[in-house]
Amino acid sequence: MDFVDYYKILGVNKQASVEDIKKAYRKLARKLHPDLNPNDKEAHKKFQEVNEANEVLSDPEKRKKYDQYGKDWQHADQFEQARQSRQQQPFSGSGSYGGNYGEEDFSDFFSSMFGGSGSRSQTKFKGQDYNAELQLSLRDAYTTHPQTLTVNGKNVRITIPAGVENGQVIKLKGYGAPGRNGGPAGDLFITFVIANDTKFKRMGNDLYSTEEIDLYTALLGGEKIIDTLSGKIKMEVKPEVQNGTKIRLKGKGYPVYKKEGEFGDLYVTWQVKLPTNLTEKQKEIFRELSAS
Amino acid sequence: MQTELIPAKVFCASHAIEQSFIQTLYESGLIDITFIEEDPFVPAAQLEQLERIVRMYFEMDINVEGIETIIHLLHSMHSMQQEMNVLKNRLRLYEESGF
Repeated sequence: MDFVDYYKILGVNKQASVEDIKKAYRKLARKLHPDLNPNDKEAHKKFQEVNEANEVLSDPEKRKKYDQYGKDWQHADQFEQARQSRQQQPFSGSGSYGGNYGEEDFSDFFSSMFGGSGSRSQTKFKGQDYNAELQLSLRDAYTTHPQTLTVNGKNVRITIPAGVENGQVIKLKGYGAPGRNGGPAGDLFITFVIANDTKFKRMGNDLYSTEEIDLYTALLGGEKIIDTLSGKIKMEVKPEVQNGTKIRLKGKGYPVYKKEGEFGDLYVTWQVKLPTNLTEKQKEIFRELSAS
Repeated sequence: MQTELIPAKVFCASHAIEQSFIQTLYESGLIDITFIEEDPFVPAAQLEQLERIVRMYFEMDINVEGIETIIHLLHSMHSMQQEMNVLKNRLRLYEESGF
């Protein structure tokens, strides 16, 4: 555990007034606050340092202790005395509104010197947000289904709407860490990671697949059973269809997220498979066709 | 569908802010308020946004015009992130196809 230089973190000198500290904190908060930097873990971490520095330096009593013992924080006896006196005279609120700060948002150095998070006793704190990743297959995400997750030892039952996208994040309000001083619980952010276990390619709500047809069906037309995510269907192949021809099957694609009964389209590309291992007789017929 | 409403005075008391601040936000279009017999109520669905605004105003010393700009930019950023996600998924398709 290293000494933490709160003055350096806020970029002020030791003679800085309360107003200077407030100004420096606000300037850094405008740059690093999690409200302004969603999903930026680096900014969040730096903001925690800034918040901790402000917590100490904006409170005259804590600042005095920090200035007096800061660099010698390992002198536990002195700190114990300081802590006891602190317990008899709790800190008053600083008037700050807090954000998503929990116990773990304060450094070991802070905890050692001030005990616990030592935070403003009157301020309500929202609990920490949790992040989780949920692996699904493309086939799983095709239907709306319930799923139970275990997050920090707690079972969370959620309903996953059909059509969820790879990389999509959903928020479950109040499923994060419990709040403190009566503050609300944090939120749970779930990122979906969707692996493709099918022959289909997905682009938004549309699906793409390739189906093979033999030369004779391509030339003379016929029927072909093809796969869709909702089952097999029979399709008519028109005579003289060209290799690479794309057919659109309306409503046979992927479900539209949170729009029940709405589906994208399925695009099927015909791939004509040429015959191999021709007999002499077959070759002769093709030569005749070629000459005609 | 019924909307859960929080009395503005309860919100203000628990966050130690003046009720006039809520009125200012309402007038600038940053939040919606429902009036019941002249008493302002905040829809529960807006609490998160309102708490964020309170933090920006009181903790970061950003004025209401600044907050409006930031919220607009955060919305744009969110839309761009979503678009980027869709494009990433599309790129992955091409990469997997060997193009």
